[in-house]
Amino acid sequence: MKAWLPLLLRLALVVLLVAFVTNPGWFEPLLKPLTENNAPVIYNQGSLLTLTLLHLRTVLIATVAATIVAVALAILVTRPAGAEFLPLSRSLVNIGQTFPPVAVLALAVPAVGFGEKPTLIALFLYGLLPIFENALTGLTTLPANVVEAARGAGMTGWQRLTKVELPLSAPIILGGIRLSVVISLATATIGSTVAAKTLGEVIIAGLLSNNLAFILQGGLIVAALAVLIYDGLSAIERYTARRMGREAA
Amino acid sequence: MNIRFDKLGVVIAAISAYAAFAAPFATFRANRIVPGQARSILEALPATIGALLLAIIVVAALIALFRTPLVLRLAASVVALAALALLVGVAGTFLTPAGNTFARVSPASGFWILIFAFTLLLADVLTRLNLSPWGRVGVLVAASAAIGLLLISGSWNDLSILKEYANRADSFWAEGSKHVTLALGSLAAAVIVGLPLGILCHRVERLRAGVLNVLNIIQTIPSIALFGLLIAPLGWVATHVPGAAALGIRGVGTAPAFVALFLYSLLPVVANTVVGLAGVPRAANDAARGMGMTDRQRLFGVEFPLAFPVILTGIRIVLVQNIGLATIAALIGGGGFGVFVFQGVGQTAMDLVLLGAVPTVALAFAAAIILDAVIEMTATKRRVETA
Repeated sequence: MKAWLPLLLRLALVVLLVAFVTNPGWFEPLLKPLTENNAPVIYNQGSLLTLTLLHLRTVLIATVAATIVAVALAILVTRPAGAEFLPLSRSLVNIGQTFPPVAVLALAVPAVGFGEKPTLIALFLYGLLPIFENALTGLTTLPANVVEAARGAGMTGWQRLTKVELPLSAPIILGGIRLSVVISLATATIGSTVAAKTLGEVIIAGLLSNNLAFILQGGLIVAALAVLIYDGLSAIERYTARRMGREAA
Repeated sequence: MNIRFDKLGVVIAAISAYAAFAAPFATFRANRIVPGQARSILEALPATIGALLLAIIVVAALIALFRTPLVLRLAASVVALAALALLVGVAGTFLTPAGNTFARVSPASGFWILIFAFTLLLADVLTRLNLSPWGRVGVLVAASAAIGLLLISGSWNDLSILKEYANRADSFWAEGSKHVTLALGSLAAAVIVGLPLGILCHRVERLRAGVLNVLNIIQTIPSIALFGLLIAPLGWVATHVPGAAALGIRGVGTAPAFVALFLYSLLPVVANTVVGLAGVPRAANDAARGMGMTDRQRLFGVEFPLAFPVILTGIRIVLVQNIGLATIAALIGGGGFGVFVFQGVGQTAMDLVLLGAVPTVALAFAAAIILDAVIEMTATKRRVETA
């Protein structure tokens, strides 16, 4: 009975979320008390569904790009040829994390203009760090005997990487991706301050017109997306960890 | 003689060659919002000084390119950075027509790329030197002092970012102190509440999952939404609770920003306290119990000191994150450096954006270095003591 409860709650959240973004009108009576002076209750300058999909698309593009670059970099600095870069890459990751997202967004505007591009740049940079850090942890904490065995079996460097090292680090790398996606989902809303089409538009419209209902619906959709994606990725992570016989970090 | 290349040096030499010879060093604009015209190093500086700067860059890049002693690399990066910092101010004075108060000169992509390249070299040298925590703080202090001297000496006064500052000197410091108060105040509140909450979660297992789940969910609410959502309840408190308004609690402004930052700060503090306490070796606890220590003595004498570095790591995460997030407070009238960032974005005046963004980044960076040093010191102290 108890094991069913979390699954049931999540299913309910999915149903609620889909119902809300496709038919926000149904929920109008619920949000009505939050508005004053007959202000519109449901965001009316664009469809919530379109904004949600655009929001997810922005996060997806940035995360995929960040994953490819971060994992490639982590592989590079853990090979003998790139070992020189390992300490420096660690300090760069540390420095990178101190840049506030708003600053990155605002500074990217003169280079690439308003809209989706500065948001993608900021999300990409933020996404890089957790994935790189986890990929590095995964690749540097492999059980030594396994790597030795692969070497002893006569595997080439490439074979060891693709057949042993990467599959074994997959759960830890996935953990980094999960962290990065959740951060990106929330950060993407700030992108709307530089005219990106994300759910932040709804929240900012609410801030500007003092409409609490707008702020709440924008914020809750993002939060629900983040919770669901976090759970989904955690499940995949546990599954790969079990298959690899390795504890997920 | 066996000449060997430094791998990182190849990267540094390549990007600095591009930046020095192909990218613009400074941008000149007739007023603050029109599109600018690019100027290369030789166009932006008097002929001899421009040639001197190019020579310094070439020599420093060559030192980076080959395998050279660390001290030489350190000197090359410091000299190159200092020359760039000094001469960008000279370019400002040189390019601004005498007596013209509308013209703006700002550093362009070439300058920023060169700064990046030689900072990379400096970072690499400092990493390889493996400085002690005090050494790192010392480097930070020296760098801040150098930048402070440049600012006071007025050699950057003809650059556009300082012209924006000159127009807003009073509000700059007012917003700056608001920014710091928001970031540090919410951190202090989070530590005061989060530490006992973390200890409670550690002791009472049934509470742990629930509290951490709630705090996790708060983290998923986007910051601008959380700021906005707090406006209503705080507005209600201000009008209905006697004395609240007198304390400065209002629907918009600093109060919701403070509460939002506080809520975001709780998770790292509580989670790291729980993790830190859970990591205390069982043997240490058993020994303390065996010595007849009470629960309270054990907490303050054994568990807390051992968990301290982990808790500090949580505090570092919070501080750096809060300094960044406080910029968003400007959207709900909470003040802080974000005011300049959003005004600048609104007016497409990038110098104004920089006036808000540069101090924010500098603050976050300094906070990270100082707290990292403190964490390392407490962690090594613990190892020495337990060894």
